Parts: sequence; structure tokens; C-alpha cells
Amino acid sequence: MQHVSPIREPLVTGGKTYHDITEDVCRQVEAKPNPRWAAAFAISLVGLAIFFYSVYRTVWFGIGEWGLNKTVGWAWDITNFVWWVGIGHAGTLISAVLLLFRQKWRSSINRAAEAMTIFAVICAAMFPVIHMGRPWLAYWVLPLPNTFGSLWVNFNSPLLWDVFAISTYFSVSLVFWYIGLIPDFATIRDRAVGPIARRAYSALSLGWTGSAKGWSRYETVSLILAGVATPLVLSVHTIVSMDFATSVIPGWHTTIFPPYFVAGAIFSGFAMVLTLMIITRKVFKLEHYITLEHIESMNKVIITTGSIVGIAYTTEFFIAWYSGVEYEQYAFINRATGPYWWAYWSMMTCNVITPQLFWFRSIRRSLTATFIISIFVNIGMWFERFVIIVTSLHRDYLPSSWAMFSPTMIDVGVYVGTFGLFFTLFFLFVKFFPVVNMAEVKAILKSSSGVTHTHADTMHSTDKDLNTNTDHRHE
Amino acid sequence: MQNRIKYWRGIEELENTPEFAKHAHNEFPEFLPVKGTSDDEGALNGKTKRRDFLKLMGFSLAAVSLASCEAPVRKAIPYLNKPVDVEPGVANWYATTYYQGGIYNSILVKTREGRPIKVEPNPSSALTPLGTHARAQASLLGLYDNNRLRTPLIKGKIAQWAQVDQEITSRLGSTTGKVAFVSSTIISPSTKQLISEFGSRFGSFEHVTYDANSAYGLLSANGGVVPGYDFSNAQVILSVNADFLGTWIAPTTFAKQYIQNRKVTAQNPTMSRHYQFETSYSVTGANADVRVPIKPSEEAAVITALYNGITGQGGAGNVPAAAAKALAAAVKELKANQGKALVVSGSNDPGTQAMVAAINNSLGAAGSTIDANKPYFVKQGNDAAMIRLIEEMNAGTVGAIFFYNSNPVYDHPLSERVVTGLKKVPLKVSFSERVDETALLADYVTPDHHYLESWNDNEPRRGSLSLTQPAISPIFLTRQMQDSLLTWGGNNVNYYEYIRNNWRKIAPAGDFNTFWEQSVHDGVLETGATMLTVNSNFTAASPVAKPVKAAAIEAVVYEKVSIGTGEYANNPWLHEMPDPISKASWGNYVAMPQRMSEEMELVQGDVVKVTTPSGKNFELPVLVQPGQANGTVAIAMGYGRSLESMPVAEGLGASAFPIMTVVDNTVLYTGPVTIEKTGAVSPIAQTQTHHTIMDRLVVQESSLAQYKENPKEVTEYIRIATKEGPAKPATISLWDDYEYKNHHWGMVIDLNSCIGCGACTVSCHIENNVPVVGKAEVLNRRDMHWMRIDRYYSAVEHEEGDFAEMENPAENPSVIFQPMLCQHCNHAPCETVCPVAATMHSSEGINQMVYNRCVGTRYCANNCPYKVRRFNWFAYFNNDKFANENYMMNSDLGKMVLNPDVTVRARGVMEKCSFCVQRVQLGKLEAKRENRRPKDGEIVTACAQSCPTEAIVFGDMLDPESRVSQILAREQGERAFHVLEELNTQPNVTYLTKIRNLA
Repeated sequence: MQHVSPIREPLVTGGKTYHDITEDVCRQVEAKPNPRWAAAFAISLVGLAIFFYSVYRTVWFGIGEWGLNKTVGWAWDITNFVWWVGIGHAGTLISAVLLLFRQKWRSSINRAAEAMTIFAVICAAMFPVIHMGRPWLAYWVLPLPNTFGSLWVNFNSPLLWDVFAISTYFSVSLVFWYIGLIPDFATIRDRAVGPIARRAYSALSLGWTGSAKGWSRYETVSLILAGVATPLVLSVHTIVSMDFATSVIPGWHTTIFPPYFVAGAIFSGFAMVLTLMIITRKVFKLEHYITLEHIESMNKVIITTGSIVGIAYTTEFFIAWYSGVEYEQYAFINRATGPYWWAYWSMMTCNVITPQLFWFRSIRRSLTATFIISIFVNIGMWFERFVIIVTSLHRDYLPSSWAMFSPTMIDVGVYVGTFGLFFTLFFLFVKFFPVVNMAEVKAILKSSSGVTHTHADTMHSTDKDLNTNTDHRHE
Repeated sequence: MQNRIKYWRGIEELENTPEFAKHAHNEFPEFLPVKGTSDDEGALNGKTKRRDFLKLMGFSLAAVSLASCEAPVRKAIPYLNKPVDVEPGVANWYATTYYQGGIYNSILVKTREGRPIKVEPNPSSALTPLGTHARAQASLLGLYDNNRLRTPLIKGKIAQWAQVDQEITSRLGSTTGKVAFVSSTIISPSTKQLISEFGSRFGSFEHVTYDANSAYGLLSANGGVVPGYDFSNAQVILSVNADFLGTWIAPTTFAKQYIQNRKVTAQNPTMSRHYQFETSYSVTGANADVRVPIKPSEEAAVITALYNGITGQGGAGNVPAAAAKALAAAVKELKANQGKALVVSGSNDPGTQAMVAAINNSLGAAGSTIDANKPYFVKQGNDAAMIRLIEEMNAGTVGAIFFYNSNPVYDHPLSERVVTGLKKVPLKVSFSERVDETALLADYVTPDHHYLESWNDNEPRRGSLSLTQPAISPIFLTRQMQDSLLTWGGNNVNYYEYIRNNWRKIAPAGDFNTFWEQSVHDGVLETGATMLTVNSNFTAASPVAKPVKAAAIEAVVYEKVSIGTGEYANNPWLHEMPDPISKASWGNYVAMPQRMSEEMELVQGDVVKVTTPSGKNFELPVLVQPGQANGTVAIAMGYGRSLESMPVAEGLGASAFPIMTVVDNTVLYTGPVTIEKTGAVSPIAQTQTHHTIMDRLVVQESSLAQYKENPKEVTEYIRIATKEGPAKPATISLWDDYEYKNHHWGMVIDLNSCIGCGACTVSCHIENNVPVVGKAEVLNRRDMHWMRIDRYYSAVEHEEGDFAEMENPAENPSVIFQPMLCQHCNHAPCETVCPVAATMHSSEGINQMVYNRCVGTRYCANNCPYKVRRFNWFAYFNNDKFANENYMMNSDLGKMVLNPDVTVRARGVMEKCSFCVQRVQLGKLEAKRENRRPKDGEIVTACAQSCPTEAIVFGDMLDPESRVSQILAREQGERAFHVLEELNTQPNVTYLTKIRNLA
């Protein structure tokens, strides 16, 4: 148990006890689906249907169903890919990096954030596959032993690095998330009444007994996985950025991309976590676990990464001018003043200007403002990728090949469809999995709940009264 | 028919019992022997026996599963007796001749397993030894056109030849009135003789020749022939509205002649100077050193001023100020180059052409730039005769009319009179290969063979004979026109014998068969022997140019390089070929100068209604064409077809022929129009939508003066700053270089020689089975051209770095062409990014695409700085979506044209120029079989082979004797440059800086 400054605001409010935490979190899992959840889930399924239809059109008739052309070979597909991968970043950052830095406030949000990561990576992974002209041969990008004359993949290709980066990231995130879930599954298992629930959660909890040895190993594994996952936070988007940075296209060929992409990814990831958590805490009445303090902390990360991204945009312009390369200069002037100026200025407004509002504490702590700005950031980050990909490609070296890109309904359908996929998974998750990590929140309860803070003398108390299901708030 | 032997299926059928009749139409007249299937105790009332039920069920099950097992049967049938000279996998070449719509090419036809699959130039020909016209390349497809007639027709109904012959012969026997034979220009001496022999049987017979794009004025001024122009002797060329490199008279020949004085080297830095006064922007105008836009109504004044200036008679006339300065300079220069100057005019006014003839005369053109003994015969159309015939038809004095290679209902300005006249002609026969507008009104359509199925002889220029020989036996039940005439004329020889007999006249002493076989083998006989007689009864005109009446908007009707006068309306290759200047494909449009579009508040794609003074109107989208003369618009002929026999052309553009006017029995390709905005929008399918070079160094040009001064300063080379000072990009590479041990293929493209005609793009399409994608997909910017010609307009004057301004082409821009294909980079950006290594470098420097390894990420295309990679967005073969536009890959007949040496690419894979790797491999194999190295010039890419100006040279850069190596050695540091050298892609394609002989 470490010392926590009494001026820090409590991370769990409402005088919750250990039992309260179990009750509050398990309630969602054990109760009948509430109508709002059911309606939201139904809408997600519609989105999923759109996804399947659009993918069917793409795979059955060809990539020609999209709006791409001979000059712009990637547009919404890779924009969506990078955007979803970026969104996936917050989960790992929260669970791994903040764990290493011992940021206790991560405990109540890491579960949902990690789940979001995994679902976002699933959505992201759809695009590299379906954007292929012949997706049924997608396995050729894996260095598998084969009978094609032992034909290897091209290790020079950044797309291949992507394959490794994304698959590693996905597996590590999945394992990390799952291991964190085991004690909570065991809790649900122990409380389960129905035979199916008991069997299912019993299987999921992998025979967790809660022994001291188990906990000790749990902690160790978490720490090791955090150590493994931390470099991934940096590597995944670094490698994604290399798809562009190692190319020769002006606007893509930029050494600033790795840090700029990582910052952007965290930026968009946190925005998405906020968007989702603000809804979840409201719907599932988790206000005492996901407090304004959490939201404020995340907003601070957003303003930091948003500023980094803003500096990166400016630096790109400076370097384009400073390089003296006319193609580079034109690429950036064209972004700001060319036919896609609206995309560029949407990006600038959403990503650089709006997050600066978080310098005001009142806005940082306003749920409405945070929600709106988080949506803005999500939009802005989508446009950032669109600007990088499309406005660089559409006017590259030879003016004879310059072209415009406009999306088709199928382009839109695939993108909207991935929301369907994402939310279908997310709603299944919030219904059947514990949304907040009960075990870890319990671990911080003593050091950082409202109760202990207001009663310094009871900080180390073993008074059983404090661990009851009664309200201990002291006005 | 009625007496056919009949076989009965059984005694029941013979007796035809009521019971038999009842069941006869059933597949199983006797139903399965199931007990109780009669009405009272049917299978459904539950009384069926178990065994019967099982029988029924078993049968149904078997039937259903058999039906689902149906698989398409594809038969591969081996030769039982191998035809002589056909080796599977080995091509046979036949020399033959292409002549259509005035364009003449002596060609070699490549056949594989009996199918003609490619047209190449015939190097034995003196007229067209290099390159072909784009239309000659694409004409091949007509052979495999599903919409060609397969049998003769009587009143639109399929008929037998015997019946047609019998009916026509008997009706001709009883015909009263004039018998007219209407054709476009015929350059075949035997055919002409045959027609006149055929006509001699009738009391009144006339063979009327008219051309949809006529040279009547030129012929009138020159005794019925086209003067024997020789551009190779001209140091100063002045052309007024004559597109002699694109469509006028003999473009392939002229291009070859023209370019001889346009190729420069440091040792010989001389060039002809070319002035072009024209209304619409033509390929020829794009090559001119000085180009002045003029209105049709100013043409006469320009010619008159020129005439006065050169013959020294009188003042300058009222020449527009803009043209006066250039004209004065031109006059001075023309006069200074006596005997080395040539003036040509595309005008159809006999007076104007008489003036031009007089100008050339006083310039001493005779004997140098005009060879009086070698006139061209490729245009012989007589407008006056045709107009007279139309009137005779209307007067009811024509008893029978034949149409051969002519379609006046569509392409004559008096087409309504033709239609009314035809109603009064009792016997109308068309030899059209398909039911065109005229054939639709004919009583009989007796389809002619495709030229690749025919025998014929040709004399395009006096003293240059060539033969047409079939490269395949007729695919359909068609018959050559000449054989039809022989049949109807009661002559029993076939046309082949007829030609042979005719050629005996010019055969040298000795064995005729040897001579004949040698001539057929060579395809040409250019010994000076001549056989063709032309109709010289053209009324000579006095040299007074007749001005066209000025109007607020003067429209000109021009011929496109691709589609011609409309005879290629069903040819997707030519529809997909972008116009050399406007880069528009699939349809025509109103080409409008920038100023007019601004005044009328029109933007590109706005549909306007074009109305002629007689009230005829049509709607077309506007294309803003820099360089189009102010106050004029240009509309291409050959569009606006809606016939069942031309599904490819359906819905494309409108016919511009109604604009043409008839003045004094002469067809003028111009007329006043009014234009109104309709508010509708119809996008134009351009393959290039950005038109200026944006001050980039991707294509380089300089002036002859500069080149003479210092040839090392005409090209700008990029240098990269290093601490040791500026360095060539290639010297500071991070990459390891490839080692080429055996061959290193390379290409040099001389921008000075490239005239932008586009023959290479079509040739590449055909050679490499490149799919045609159609208008909708071109609009989606998904054309599949492996080889394209980038066309850049010079921009308006602008400040350095003013990007918005430099996007605007100048009002009368200069044009530069840059053929662009895979650069086969030694450090290829595409090769490094493919995750599955589907594109890689060959040991001979070719950047290869492995189609069956490609998974289609398109990363390579994104990373290609030259944007030459093309993706298969859809399956273009066996796909109903493209059945019309790309019938070469969607019908059994069309597929015959595919090159069996080149894979048809699957959906979802990337493709691009392969340096015709199939030809490289073939050349190496043949050399290896003979135990030697391939000789330079043996291996030629399709683009290089079809280039009429030798702008493209391909060869082995490791062979110091090869032309490529020699040009590179000569031009290094002078004109040779790589596009985007600073990227250090180290292309194997080198360009040579364009030099302009600016005045």
C-alpha cells in the first residue's frame, strides 16, 4: 500500500465498499437485458448487416465497387484501417503504460478501453484484407511454408511489417485483456445461478480460485504483459506510418510520421474511449467508478497529444518549405488550398483547435463538452488519414495523372458497417463481460475512495463496519 | 424442303392416335409406370403403393441431381491433319494492305493458329515502312465483330446467296434508267476496271466516288489527284487547316517524311520550320513551331495574303491582326526557301486550293516538295458528282444504285435528299459489312468480306502498287464485292484470277508466277509500274479563294484520329483511344475556346443545344479547348449512331454532319451555328484531366537556337547537394545496383520525333490484351492503357510559385507530348513495397509483374511516381457488364483476337507495361536456336513497331552496337534525361528533350 496524497481527488466516489463494487459491476451481467441496451444492440446489428452487404459487393464484384481509380489506389479503405488502428491505441496505453507508471486511475477504465482496442483492431484488420483485389489469397502475406517453390514474402514491404505489427498487437492485447478478466469471471461464476451462466463463466475463468499464489502470478503476468505491450503502443502505429513514410509519394515520404502517428493514435484512442465511457457510465450507472476525475485525466492526455499532432502538422509545412523540393511543397499547398481544402481544414479545426478548449478546467470537467469534443477529435482524426492518403495521391508527380476521388455507397457502407461490427462486439461485451475491472478497483478502494480520504484516521482501519453495503458518505 | 424424309418415332406417330397426340409434346409421353396415377387414384390421394412411391422418388431425385451436375463442355480439338504452315505457337505473317477512309498502310498481319491477331507495318513498303495509323491497328477487330452481317439480306431478311444473285441479276436485266455505283475512294486498279466493265453492260452507268471527308477542292485544283507532296524535302512548311499528321490524305506517309527534317543531333542541328494556321487544335498543330488560330471565315484571307505575298501580287488583304505577323514571317521564310518550301491547305474550296497550288508553284515546289509524277490517289471523291446523283435520284432517273464503302444517308450533308431520292430508286444494293444507315434502306445487302479476308490490289500513289491478301478464310457467309459484281455481270472468273490477269499487264518478262508470288510475299511492288487511272474530269477552278461567310459562331466539323468518319463506330479500341489533343474518349463534344465558354458561362460537361441555320439541332457537352480559334467551335464527325449493328457506339455523342454546308456543289466542313445552354450536364470521359505541366521538370523542351548554341544546355539535370558538392542522384544511392550479365533492355523516346498520334497506345492495347473498360469506367479514371501519351498545354503567364494560375492553359498554348509507360526502374519503388513479391526485377532489367502471385493491395500503383500501373477493378472478361465495350474478351468470336502469348489478367490483380516481354523471350529463343545473340532490331516492342516516326527505340543497352546504346552514348549530357531523376529510380526508359524551331 502506497501513500496517496490527500489532496488528490478520490478515484472511487460514493463511499463504495468491496461488495458494492461487485454488485454494481455484476448487475449488468446478471440482470435481464435492459431495453436501451437491446435497442442499441439491434441498431448495431443493422450496421453489421450493412457491413456484410458491402463486403459481399466488394468481394463478389471487385474493388471497382469502390470509388478508387488509377491514381488514387487507396482511400477510404486505408483511411478506415489507420483510423481504427489508432482508436485501438488507447486500450493498450491505459492498461500497459499506465500500469507501469502506476497510474491508479486506469483501473476502472482499462477493461472497457482494452475491449475497445480489441474490437477496433478487429475492425481495422478487416480493411487490409478486403481492400485486396483477391482477398481469398490474403494468407499469402504470411511467411508460411508453401509449395509455390518455397516462395517467401517480401520482407522489404511495409505492408508485411503491418501484418506482423497488427497480428502481434492483436494477440498481446487479447491475452492481456483476457488475463485481466479471469478473476472477474471467477467472481461472476461464483455468483451465477443459472446452469448455463455457471458453466460458461466457469470455463472462462479457467479454474481461478483466488488463492494467494494465483494472485501473485496474476500480478506478475500482468506486469510482464504490460512490459511486452508497452513497446507495441509505439511500434504498431510507427509501422503503420511506415506504409506511407517509406514510400516516394510527396506528403507520404516524411520522417516525422512515426511519432506523429503514435501521438495521433493516442489522441484518437482517448477520444473514442471518452465517447464510449461517457455513454457507458451513464447507461450502466457507473458514475462512482468512472468519475469526472477520470474524464479530466483523459482530457489532459487529449490536449497533450492534440498539441503534438498540431505541432506535427506545422512541422510538415515547415519541412516542405525548408526542403526546397517542389513536389513536397506543392503537396502541402495543395492540401490546404487544393480541391480537398475542406478535408484539410476539417482536420485542422477538429484536431488542433477544438482540443485547445481543454485548457479551461470547466470544459475539461464538463461531460457535454467533453463528449462533443471527443466526437470532433474522432472526426478530425479520420480526416487526418483521409488528407494524408487521398490528397497526397490524387496529385503526385505527373500532372497528367492527377485525379479526384469520390466515394461510392459501398465505400460508405463498409465504413458504416465497421461501426456495426464494432458496436455489436462492444454491446455483447458490456452485456456479458464485467465492464469495470472489479478486482483492480477493489485494490485501489482503500487508498483512493472517498471514504478513506475524508477519514484519514480510518485509512488503515480494519473496522468491519467500513466494509458493509451501507452508505458511508459524510457530507 | 417439303419432301424431306420423315422418320417416325413409332407406329403410334404414324397412326397419330388421339392418345398419341395428347402426349406427343411431353418429354416422356408414357408416364412412369406408376400404378394408380390415373385421375381417380392419383399419387397424391395417398393410395399410391410404396414401391411406386419409391420409384417416383428415386427418379425425381436422380433427375434433380443430374440436372444440377450440368457442366459446360469445352472442347479442345487437336488437329487430325495439320494444316500446312501452321505450327501451334508459331506465328505466320502475311503482307497485305490496309486502306480505309483515305488512310493507307502497307501492313504485315500476324496470325496465330490461323487467326489474325496483330497488324504491323510492312518494312518492304516505301510509303509506310514505319509504323501504322491507329486505325490500321484497330481495323483488325472488324474481323471478329459480332455485329457484322453473316449472310446477305433481302429487305432486311436473311437470304441465300443463290437467291440474291438470281433476283439481282434478273432485276438488273430489266432495269431502266441509270445504274449508279456509289463508293468512297477506290485505289484498287482491278476493282475500278471491274466496276467499269460491270457498268458497260448498262445503257447508262456512272461510278460516283465521294468521300465523307472530301478532298474535292484539292482534287479540282490539281487535275483530280492529290499532288505528290514530299515533306521530307521541305525546310519550311505552312499548313492551313490541314491535319497532315493525323487525318489528312496520307498521315502515316507524311509523318515519316515530315519527321526526317525534325530529328536533330548535335552534329546536325537543323530542323524544318512548321507554321500552322488552323481553327481547331489538331495533332499537326501541336507539332507546329508557330501555330495561329484562325476562323474558317478568315481562311480565305490568309490564303489570299499568302498568295499575294509569295506571287508578289497586290496587298495583304484583310488578314486578322493576330495572324498578320506570323504570316509576314512565314512569307519571308517561304520565299527564302525556294524549292524547299511547301504550303498545304485542308480547305475543300477549289478556289482556295488553286491558290495553294499557285503558291507552291511559285515556291518552286515542283520536283522537290511536290513530285508531279507521283500524285496520291487516296482521295478521289467528287462532291459535285455526288450532289448531281442525289438530284438524279430525286428526279427518278436512277434505276439501280449500289453502295460500296459509302454511307451517304449518314455522312452526306444532304442526307435527307438521299433518303427521299432512295425511295425513288427501284433497286438498291449495299455491300456494307453491317446494316448501316444506308443499308437499312437498301433492298439487298450483300455483305463484303473484311479486308483481311479479301484479295485486292492497291495503288495509293502513282508507281506504288501493293496487294491485299487474305489472312484467314471468310468467317461468315459474306462475299467480296468484286466477286459479287463478277457474278452479277456473268463473268465466271473469280476476283483473285481477275487481279492476277490484270497484273500480267505490268509483269516483267519471265515467269509470271514467280513475279506474282514475290509480289504477294512482299505485299508491295514499287517499281514505278502504274495501273490506276483516275477520273480527272474535275472542273478546274480559278485561283480565287472563296471566303466562308462570317458568323457569330462558326462551327467546323473535323475527323478524329480515332473514329474517322464513323466507319469505326463499333470498334471499342478506337473509342477507348483518347483524342491526341483533348484526351477525350467515347463520344464527341463541342470543342469551345476558353473565352467563348466564359462569355456563355459554360463549363466543361455542360450540355448545349447546337442549332444550324436550317433548324437542325442536336445536344452535346462542351469541352473547353485551349487553342480553339475564338468565335468558333469544333465538333468531330462519326458519332451519333443508334443502330442495332453498332451497339458499341450507342448513345455516344451526336452526328456533326448536319453542320456541313454545300456551296456551289462543294461540301464545306464548316457552317454557322447557334449555341444555347440546356442546363443538363454530361461528363466527358477524358483520360487526362489536368492539362498543364505545373512548371515541373517531367518533360523538357528547348529551342533550336539554344541547341545550336550549346547542345549541353538544352536539358536541365537535377543535382542533389552533398558535402562534396552537387551530385547526380544515381551516385548517392543507398541501394545496391543490379548486375546485368546478358542483356539490359532499354528504351529511348525522342520527344522531338513523337507527333502524339497515338498509334502506339492502340498497338499496345492489342498486343497485350489490355481490356477496354468503356465510358463509365474511363469517367471513373480507370482506363487500362499500359502506354499513354501525356499531353501538356503551356500555362498562362504566371508568377513563379503561383500554383492556381499555372493550372490554367494559355489561350493558344503550345503542346508537348510525352509517351508514358512503365519506366522499368532499376530502383523501382513498386518492387520494394509489394508484400508478396509479385512485382520484381528481371535479370535483364525488366520490371516484371507476376499476375498469379498478385493479391491486389495496389501499394505498388500508389508508390509509382509515373502512375503507369493499372488495376483490374473488375473482371473485364466473361463479365456481362463489359460485354459491349470489351467484346474482345466477352464473346467467343471477339476472343479470337486475343494474343495467345499474353495472359488475360484476372480481377483484382495489377498489370502494366512488360516491355513486351513475350516478344523479348521469343526473340531470345529464336536467337538461341540459331546459337547466336539476338540482333539489334529483331526484338521490338509493339509501341516502337507501330511508331511512324521512330520516336521509340527499343534494344539491348549492353550491346554497344545497338541503336539504343548509340543514341544514349550520343545524347548523354545533351538531350537524354530521365523523368523524375531526383527520385533515383534509375529508369530504363530515357527521353530526349524536345527542340522547337521557334520563330
